[in-house]
Amino acid sequence: MTPEEKAEFMRRRKGRNIALGLVLGGFVLLFYLITIVRVGD
Amino acid sequence: MTQAPTPLAAAPAAATMPAEWRDFYALTKPRVMSLVVFTGLCGLLAAPGSIHPIIGFTAVLCIALGAGGAAALNQWWEADLDAGMKRTAQRPLPLKKMRREDARDFGLLLSGASIMVMGLAVHWLAAIILAISIFYYAVVYTIWLKPRTPQNIVIGGGAGAFPPLIGWVAVTGDITAMPLLLFAIIFVWTPPHFWALALFVQTDYARVGIPMMPVVAGEKSTRRQILAYSVLLLAVSLLPWAIGGTGAIYGVSALVLSALFLALSLPVAFRMAAPDDAMKPEKRLFAWSVIYLFALFTALVADRMILT
Repeated sequence: MTPEEKAEFMRRRKGRNIALGLVLGGFVLLFYLITIVRVGD
Repeated sequence: MTQAPTPLAAAPAAATMPAEWRDFYALTKPRVMSLVVFTGLCGLLAAPGSIHPIIGFTAVLCIALGAGGAAALNQWWEADLDAGMKRTAQRPLPLKKMRREDARDFGLLLSGASIMVMGLAVHWLAAIILAISIFYYAVVYTIWLKPRTPQNIVIGGGAGAFPPLIGWVAVTGDITAMPLLLFAIIFVWTPPHFWALALFVQTDYARVGIPMMPVVAGEKSTRRQILAYSVLLLAVSLLPWAIGGTGAIYGVSALVLSALFLALSLPVAFRMAAPDDAMKPEKRLFAWSVIYLFALFTALVADRMILT
């Protein structure tokens, strides 16, 4: 892998990791809110 | 897996780089998803009763994730066909931006997660209907009907008709005549919507051997059937008003919108395409069909919000 390819590899992996982190964080928040609503029921 | 047609252009070598998040997003067919989310939300808002906003949001999110999962599975299965059609050749799989198995796993993950969350957080009947809709699109339509019969769009169109039914059931927890009529409206709307598109991308479907109506039954028959479905759509779209499920806001809107749909289908029905035809009436009908669905479901929600 050339230095350019490695840099591109790292850029893509970082982008995916950030996107995955945001999605997981969103689900954690959503499940927390669902739990509050359901417990309130 | 589908038989490989000749690709339109040489694709780069199999992906050695990890796919970008944008490629996974593209797999969910965001433009189609917007219509799915909209009709699902309208079903939810038009249903009698109330739902907590967080639970309502979760229901719509699950509908979107389920549609995205089904779209990813569709592209996993049809990657070779997509490579042979101009309209779909730029999707991530034909461009080899990701491994085919990754698209399959992503589709299965989204589908499974959406069904589980819908069941646990919203309602199990809504989750069961969501599961049926994903199976209907990914298996009944994509794998079974699409390559086998020119009626693929008629029967497979049912997959796109599920979202308002799911949204409605998420609120009420049961199935009544009204959500079934919303299902029927999209079911009847799909053939003229898609065949109008198929008429001006006819060569692409013929190229990859998909038996779309214009390819198999011929252009004339397709045009007549577009008109027949437009007449049927006028009748079906008025049924929610006729049975007393909606008020005059929806009823008058449905009458005007469907009459315009029918009026635009008339020039499509009684013409034949010349060589190098710009296909303007077909493109106009296709564009109107998209606006039609948005407008009709907006009227449905407005009717419920204003008159009840």
